[in-house]
Amino acid sequence: MIRFILGRLVKAVFILLAILVFNFLLIHAAPGDPAAVMAGEAGAADEKFLTDLRARFGLDQPLYVQLWIYIKGAVQLDLGYSFRQQMPVAELIGDRLPATLLLTGVAFVLSLVLGVIAGVAASARQGSWGDTIISTLALLFYATPLFWVALMATLVFSVWLGWLPGFGYSTIGAGYTGMAHVLDVAKHLVLPASTLGLFFMAIYMRMTRASMLEVSRLDFVKTARAKGLTRGVIQRRHILRNALLPVITLAGLQAGQIFGGAILTETVFAWPGIGRLMFEAINQRDYNVILGVFYISAAMVLLFNLITDVVYVIVDPRIRLTT
Amino acid sequence: MTLLSIRDLDIALPVGADRLYAAKHINFDLAAGEILCIVGESGSGKSMSANAIMGLLPQGVKPVNGSITFDGKEILGLSEREMLPLRGGRISMIFQEPLSALNPLMRVGAQIAEVFEAHGALNGAERRERALKLLDEVGIPDPDAAIRAYPFQLSGGQRQRVMIAMALALEPDILIADEPTTALDVTTQAQILKLIEDLRKSRGMAVIFITHDFGVVADIADRVIVMQKGEIVESGSADDVLLKPQHPYTRALIDAIPRLTRGGDVEEVKHTPILTVEGLQKTFSTGSGTLFGKRRVVKAVQDVSFELYAGETIGIVGESGSGKSTVGRCIVRLLDPDGGRVLMDGADIAHMSGAELRDQRRKLQMIFQDPFSSLNPRARVSRILTEGLIAFGTPKADAQTKARELLELVGLDASAMMRFPHEFSGGQRQRIGIARALALDPSIIIADEAVSALDVSIQAQVLDLLAELKERLHLSMLFITHDLRVAARICDRIIVMQKGRIVEAGPVGKVLHDPDTDYTRSLLDAIPGQDYERALAEAE
Amino acid sequence: MKDFWKRFRYNRGAVIGLFILAFVIATAILAPVLFPQSPWKMVQRPFLPPFTQDGLMLGTDALGRDVMAGLAHGAYVSLLVGLVSTIVALAIGVPVGALAGYFAGRTDDALMRFTEFFQTIPSFALAIVLLAIFQPSLTFVIIAISIVSWPPVARLVRGEVLSLRTREFVEAATLSGLGNTQIILRHILPNALPPIIVLASLMVAQAILLESSLSFLGLGDPNIMSWGYMIGAARTVIRTAWWLSFLPGMAILLTVLALNLIGEGLNDALNPRLTRKSE
Repeated sequence: MIRFILGRLVKAVFILLAILVFNFLLIHAAPGDPAAVMAGEAGAADEKFLTDLRARFGLDQPLYVQLWIYIKGAVQLDLGYSFRQQMPVAELIGDRLPATLLLTGVAFVLSLVLGVIAGVAASARQGSWGDTIISTLALLFYATPLFWVALMATLVFSVWLGWLPGFGYSTIGAGYTGMAHVLDVAKHLVLPASTLGLFFMAIYMRMTRASMLEVSRLDFVKTARAKGLTRGVIQRRHILRNALLPVITLAGLQAGQIFGGAILTETVFAWPGIGRLMFEAINQRDYNVILGVFYISAAMVLLFNLITDVVYVIVDPRIRLTT
Repeated sequence: MTLLSIRDLDIALPVGADRLYAAKHINFDLAAGEILCIVGESGSGKSMSANAIMGLLPQGVKPVNGSITFDGKEILGLSEREMLPLRGGRISMIFQEPLSALNPLMRVGAQIAEVFEAHGALNGAERRERALKLLDEVGIPDPDAAIRAYPFQLSGGQRQRVMIAMALALEPDILIADEPTTALDVTTQAQILKLIEDLRKSRGMAVIFITHDFGVVADIADRVIVMQKGEIVESGSADDVLLKPQHPYTRALIDAIPRLTRGGDVEEVKHTPILTVEGLQKTFSTGSGTLFGKRRVVKAVQDVSFELYAGETIGIVGESGSGKSTVGRCIVRLLDPDGGRVLMDGADIAHMSGAELRDQRRKLQMIFQDPFSSLNPRARVSRILTEGLIAFGTPKADAQTKARELLELVGLDASAMMRFPHEFSGGQRQRIGIARALALDPSIIIADEAVSALDVSIQAQVLDLLAELKERLHLSMLFITHDLRVAARICDRIIVMQKGRIVEAGPVGKVLHDPDTDYTRSLLDAIPGQDYERALAEAE
Repeated sequence: MKDFWKRFRYNRGAVIGLFILAFVIATAILAPVLFPQSPWKMVQRPFLPPFTQDGLMLGTDALGRDVMAGLAHGAYVSLLVGLVSTIVALAIGVPVGALAGYFAGRTDDALMRFTEFFQTIPSFALAIVLLAIFQPSLTFVIIAISIVSWPPVARLVRGEVLSLRTREFVEAATLSGLGNTQIILRHILPNALPPIIVLASLMVAQAILLESSLSFLGLGDPNIMSWGYMIGAARTVIRTAWWLSFLPGMAILLTVLALNLIGEGLNDALNPRLTRKSE
């Protein structure tokens, strides 16, 4: 098991390195002077700054030396400087990362828990009206553009009904502290987290339902019935546990998508996370920030994949005991 | 005393199935302590009848008529809730595939304890205690370790023992065993059969044993029911049904069983080797073998050497994992051997590649086990048969003519050309597979478990066809099988393999009747139905 | 084929999906005929609400452009991007998966590492990076979407090929003297086709969603009217003219829903094993 996890860890490090190489190549493939690309849209940076950049990244040296300098920097979390924001990119991201982690974490847990429950409920009564309603809703959520559902949610729950705040992380100028602050943030979190979670909930629900139905056809379920176990015990102990394995795998694979979704959700709700940061950087052509966010989000995704790998190993003895 | 009684039971199949009823007019009684065998070929409805007793029919299949009384009470039509105390409590069941019948994520001990839990018997510690005892009783070597094991850590035979332990937990009145030994090796089968018999004796439990194998029936049955296409065609005491069969179907089935003793002497073949295998080696390694993956090495074939003479049939027999199939696959180079030589006409196939290999391999063709996966479901028969010829440069029209001749040769109509594989039965598909193997005019045929997936009556027909073709086309044959009866029927010489090595080789009469090694003897002893065979021979 | 249609028709949702899609396709094809003017052209005063003026059924947007014309032209863009990027993704994913699955060993390791790399990195962020660095044009949007959507194809095809490769009919084809190319093209891929078709229909849907998300963020082709762009442009005026965001969103929702429904129908029809919702 330790071997298995170590193996995954090594792989993750390789992927991160590959992403750095990829970023590096992108900077050089982009039209125009790499220094200008790094500094942001041409004209935004002054000539002295560009000269500094060239010297620092050895832009007059051979490509592999440049690559080495770039990777060495990135590994030490030196992601360059945002000329637009007048701040190191790492610092910018560090400020914004907690908000994104809060949003994606809540959305993920919410969508996974609710998705699995809905999937189990639908599969238990396959073909009933309950199943039809759940499945139809999942199909709808699965087809709805995330950013649009976020906009519509703001419109309905914030603009029309006035129930929940439609943008921001907390009420500006309210100066809440302690519990009041937590509640304030939670209130602001409701719309972004639920709209981000909706799409993923649909995915987990569909997967759980299909997987439950698949497992319920397997031989050991018949054995369980032949033992005289009740339906509920069979569902919980025998079908669900086995059916969760592919859902865990899927959840791991979807991690990257949740970060992608966060870019849209944060944009719509002005949520001060790295997704919003990326959106601002796109408009300002602030390449260092764009690439930095990309790199950090990839690292987050890899970390998350590692966690799902561990969970999988804990659940499945066939991997735990043979590797 | 009648424990279970089934009257006029009809079980309907869902609309759109190939027939209306899975089973019809089922009538039988089961007495306490007796072993009743329900025997029949695939699709005879033998499993359905037994599943109906437990109320465990597949979705869409339901009993529409009749009654099932157990212990004087009607149990057909009871609700799920009312059935629960019976299932696992008074009637229990074991299945064919012991791996898939156990939950892969639960420890063996927990799966046994669950039976007590389901019926509210005993407390936690007592359940564990009983589980240990049961594992010991069914002959698991180290119960303390086994109770903590997951199913994948046990062998096939041990898994089936665990299933039996589970079924016995609450000392049921009836054990229903649905083909419980079909997936097991012959020596393991013999042990499980003995276990079931012993348990019947020690506990006075009645057994309904479903099987397709008359040898097994002969060894354990008190009474026998023969089913065909959903109906009971014959029933009676084991002796009556087996030795004095009344129904023509029963008689045909019994005649089709391959005999270990073969009438007439094996004709002497001239010893001109057509294929020489020298020191063949093959090692498999599983696991990625990268930095952190553990590498597991299995020596599948070790130093295997033999000669195949022109015109003879050699049987390579062994249990699963003996390496017999690997030998066949290495010879035709579906696998690349790690060492050794395979000589044909003086050329070493084991070290050829590219066009040379392709040309030489023409003469070596293979017949496969599974009639369903051995034909491309999306190709018409004409393409399946002509493809190889066309690849070797035969004009399409000539290839078509040849394909029609081949179909006739294997006993199929030329109209089969334009049809797809799924339109044929298993036996017919196997004939198409044989025709394909013959298309390139090979001199050697390697048959890998070629009749193992077929029902016994079809099996006999295909074996006859192979023997006939061998004569007519002057073929030499390597016949790989786990079934010594089949080998006895068709082979001139036999090679016995165990754990990748040849343990014994010789003429069929010598190996089967006067073996030199203990291993071969243990294989022979384990074959079910030998007393029966002797009784049959005497009757003739 | 007849069976296929029978099983497909059995799924009512799939038939509805087919109707919706047919409507969207017709709109896309007829857009230049029905709305010959550029959808960018100002035709009336801004913020004209829907159903208030003949000839402008859905009103005008913040710059006085015909919303209906925008939707029709957007249909063309969405379908084009969805279809072409799926074809490109299949063109990358199918060969990669087939080669990895068929040759196994080192080839498989190398190709799968490569695929895993693209699957692990956040795909939407990758598409953003690609489009932010290179100038957004329709071609680049399609390329970016293809690059992030081929890995699932490769994985699926690899899995299918891996299991088909050891099937006995493939071994028989080898023994019949067929070459690797023939075996892959004639024996393996045709049998792997059903799940690929199903996946492809879902990929078109995902590509349309992805394209609209990118356009929404302002990373679409600035010269092409698309649904995502319309929502992005109307976002700031959502309090006063909510329908400007609502209508293009419904268009995306319906189109994507239709494709997903069709995908399910195809799945029922092509993989009969798991069908029949209630029996």
